[in-house]
Amino acid sequence: MPLSAWLAAPALLLTITASAAQALAPAAEPDAQRQAQLIRMVRQDCGSCHGIQLTGGLGPALTRQTMADIPTNSLVATIYHGRPGTPMPGWKTMLSETDATWIAQQLQIGFPLEQRARP
Amino acid sequence: MTRSLRHLLAPLLLGTAALLGCAAVPTTSAPALLVPAGRGSGDLGLVIERESGSLGVVDTSARQRLGTIEGLGDLSHASVVYARDGAQAYVFGRDGALTMVNLLTGRIEARVAQASNSIGGAISTDGSLVVAQNYQPGGIKVFDAKTLALVADIPAVVDGKPSRVVGLADIPRNRFIYSLFDAGQIWIADLADPTKPVITKFENVGKQPYDALVTPDGRNYIAGLFGEDGLVKIDLWTDQPKPERILPGYGRGQQALPVFKMPHLRGWAVAGRTAWLPAVGRHEVLVVDTDTWQEVARVPVAGQPVFVMARPDGRQVWVNFAVPDYDTVQVIDTQTRQIVKSIKPGKAVLHMEFTPRGDAVWVSSRDDHRVSVIDTQSFDTLAVLPAKSPSGIFFSSRAARTGF
Repeated sequence: MPLSAWLAAPALLLTITASAAQALAPAAEPDAQRQAQLIRMVRQDCGSCHGIQLTGGLGPALTRQTMADIPTNSLVATIYHGRPGTPMPGWKTMLSETDATWIAQQLQIGFPLEQRARP
Repeated sequence: MTRSLRHLLAPLLLGTAALLGCAAVPTTSAPALLVPAGRGSGDLGLVIERESGSLGVVDTSARQRLGTIEGLGDLSHASVVYARDGAQAYVFGRDGALTMVNLLTGRIEARVAQASNSIGGAISTDGSLVVAQNYQPGGIKVFDAKTLALVADIPAVVDGKPSRVVGLADIPRNRFIYSLFDAGQIWIADLADPTKPVITKFENVGKQPYDALVTPDGRNYIAGLFGEDGLVKIDLWTDQPKPERILPGYGRGQQALPVFKMPHLRGWAVAGRTAWLPAVGRHEVLVVDTDTWQEVARVPVAGQPVFVMARPDGRQVWVNFAVPDYDTVQVIDTQTRQIVKSIKPGKAVLHMEFTPRGDAVWVSSRDDHRVSVIDTQSFDTLAVLPAKSPSGIFFSSRAARTGF
């Protein structure tokens, strides 16, 4: 990570913290269709490191037990910006802050299962 | 299998399970495979259905799905190795289960919960031992290939800390080589006497080896490093094998791109005298001369490469990508080192498998729930088979190949 990114990190964190607070209001949630996409993305794409059951792999377990006590803001920052020094990338090219906040909140209460029509 | 034979075998299998204690033969419904009696196994294969914990059994000659084997648990990141007869396969599940299935009968023959989180496995040169590499609790476990009875448990503890094991490969004379992701080491377990494993350890090989391959001749073991630019190689034919860095600093001075899925090295891409390797954090395939181990070229590609696989004849290299570029597959001509074709076989391509002589490649599209069979010369789609969220495709011809 270049120095500029380190310097920018606290500012970004503040931005996210603010939006995380906003996201607690129901209106800021992703709509139902987006939520379904996010659930599949987390289970399938995040699942390639964290497991479909989110019980961990190369990445740590993302079960309710492991997530509940971590500040939501930290989770949102990790999802959005990644964790330097670990294989966890930032997903900001594929997720909005609202998406990341919703994912973090869902992880903390136990991530939903996919509900989908079978081909 | 005929009805009478099945009845004769069932008590035998149950008896074996009872003896083992830990292994159990689940009560699955009668297999519905379309395999006629007396059929050989050389052109069969398995498709992992990662969510439903099932396996599609396929016929690569007829390009048909023969049936389904169910009840395999969490198959996200599952992999398969084959017994030498190509009829029995060992499936390593994410949930740590090791399952022995028979492709001709469609039955689960043995199953053991051997760890809580596993990443794959390998089979010994002589076919007698199956080894699982584990994340949790780390280390490797060695099983009798006939019964899945535990033969040896080899933890990977360095400085008191257990390490996750990746990049396990079989090497000649019932030895296995593997990388310790957390500890940055490579170990060789010599299982000439499987009850008395002899371990050789290589320390300080580099930061976070994430996967590895062994070359088709069994000579060189190459591990990719996530924690730094470069790879590490061990020449196993030298008197005193030692880790040597190759392609050091291949991304030097460049900001690494995010890696949304870890590349895989297994499923090697050695074509003629060059090895084709995925860069980490760069949208490039690196080409290495296997005589000098110097970089000779790099090919810009459509995204973060995940699998970089040589067609068995080495003329082409096929590449798939991490999300969000995983709808694309690119084909590199190894003579010109140019991309000769980009195709979009479906949404979320997770894996590719060549038929034994490379006339066709089978491609899994997770989000389109299908497997496409593609002619490697014309790039025409020859068949499309249904599969639920398919990931890995494993053909029985792997039974004859070192490192598979």
